[in-house]
Amino acid sequence: MADIIKGAAELGIIYAVMALGVFISFRTLNMPDLTVDSSFTLGAACSAMLCVSGQPALGLILAFFAGCAAGCVTALLTTKLKIQPILSGILMMLALYSINLKVMAGKSNIPLSRILGVPTIFSPFLDTGLERYIALILNTAVLALIIVLLYYFLKTRFGLVLRATGDNDKMVRASGVDTDLTTIAGLALSNGLVALSGALLAQYQGFADIGMGIGMVVIGLASVIIGEVIFGTGSLLRRLIAVVLGAVTYRFIIAGALELGMPATDLKLVSAAIVAAALSMGTIRDKVISLAGRQAALSRYKGGSR
Amino acid sequence: MLKIVNAVKIFNKGSVNEKIALDNVNLEMAEGEFVTVIGSNGAGKSTLLNCIAGVYELDGGNILLDGKDITRMPEYKRSAYIGRVFQDPLIGTAFDMTIEENLAIAYARGKSRGLTPGISKADLAFFREKLARLELGLENRMKEKVGRLSGGQRQALTLLMATIVKPKLLLLDEHTAALDPSIARRVLELTDEIVKENNLCTLMITHNMKAALEHGTRTIMMNEGRIIMDISGKERESVTVEWLVEQFGRKSGAELDNDRMLLI
Repeated sequence: MADIIKGAAELGIIYAVMALGVFISFRTLNMPDLTVDSSFTLGAACSAMLCVSGQPALGLILAFFAGCAAGCVTALLTTKLKIQPILSGILMMLALYSINLKVMAGKSNIPLSRILGVPTIFSPFLDTGLERYIALILNTAVLALIIVLLYYFLKTRFGLVLRATGDNDKMVRASGVDTDLTTIAGLALSNGLVALSGALLAQYQGFADIGMGIGMVVIGLASVIIGEVIFGTGSLLRRLIAVVLGAVTYRFIIAGALELGMPATDLKLVSAAIVAAALSMGTIRDKVISLAGRQAALSRYKGGSR
Repeated sequence: MLKIVNAVKIFNKGSVNEKIALDNVNLEMAEGEFVTVIGSNGAGKSTLLNCIAGVYELDGGNILLDGKDITRMPEYKRSAYIGRVFQDPLIGTAFDMTIEENLAIAYARGKSRGLTPGISKADLAFFREKLARLELGLENRMKEKVGRLSGGQRQALTLLMATIVKPKLLLLDEHTAALDPSIARRVLELTDEIVKENNLCTLMITHNMKAALEHGTRTIMMNEGRIIMDISGKERESVTVEWLVEQFGRKSGAELDNDRMLLI
């Protein structure tokens, strides 16, 4: 049981980095970006290849910048070529599939096993007292650093206009800021974080796989929404922490469902259902309220005979 | 300060829905001049403002601001010199951000948008003082999200944001049309105060004929993409709303659209 909880927490913390990336595109730019599915794999691929070359830490950094580049391309398709945001994301998702295979030297799976002697950021701590908790410690440290940097960045002059872009792009332009530029920067940062998350996951689980990003955007959205529903949408810091807690909660829900006997193959169906339910909650609530109002009006009209 | 030369704007060019929104408009405004713009729906008032602001690009003619040709300059670059308040109170502010964050975004207009902190301590004191002058109590709600303000409060805030860095030109597009009469009056008062104090070159569209004459220093009337009347100074002082309505009928050859135009 303790291992299940620990495993869920470790995964939750890694996925939280990805969820923060999705938060930037989905909430601050108001643009659901499907590039995520492939930029996650891109990060994992870069990270795995550099591990094989003996540079696991450099792999994380490179993965971040590769993700940034992918986000830039999506943003350029949207802003400069005026392709719809969703379609830009789909195009990049597809294009990156080929690129990811190229990065992985044509193989669909790169194992990073200890037996093969491939180092990861965790391997120096193996066979020490820290072995059991090193994944938790290192991943939490990376996540904490990201939250702090992100918090201060989103409070800078540029960060403020980045956040305002999704809220009201007209107002941003009326304040003398090029919204194309804020969109490019936002999507770059978003996909950079997503790729970093993929990079961490590859080293944590000991392999990169060409299919590991499928449905990642949905998991990211689920985390953002669960975080907002349970932990609120107050100040900026609270929102960032809510996203992290949402990601961890999501992993616990999944771990619980698996524990109760749900087949692992149903995971993606359940993820999609959670997001569909969360996104439609507002509409359903309005329908119920208006229906209840109509019933009440009807019963008044009939003199309360009903 | 502002000079518009033979401005032409045609929507849906070449199609059956072709509409000449601006038909060789010429307008010159001096520094500190406050022009009110009236005209029925589709007269080209909003198009004129949007062309000046850069939302639409002109199909012909030129726009000069402070001697500089801005005809082809993108909207966001012009915004460094032009402050705007829109008809819809939702457009002027970012609803999910706080009052102080909104003001900070406006206050950085024309400055570099780097990684310096968005709001400094000195800024906060400055914002508080500016907000207090609106007399809407917003100075005590600076950490609240703008989405919680009423339309009138948001419009007053937008007006402050548009002028917190002195613009060369202030564009007001029926900025009180969506407000309750009492708050609309307050926002107009504030407009007068801010324009006078900063000696701002201002262009204000209004549907309210009385407001058009009571505010500003000059009034122009538009019809079918042309300026059909332009009065200022002594001549304007003696003008009544009734006279204005009569002039409109005579010069445009049409009855005034009374439903949309407020006479009093």
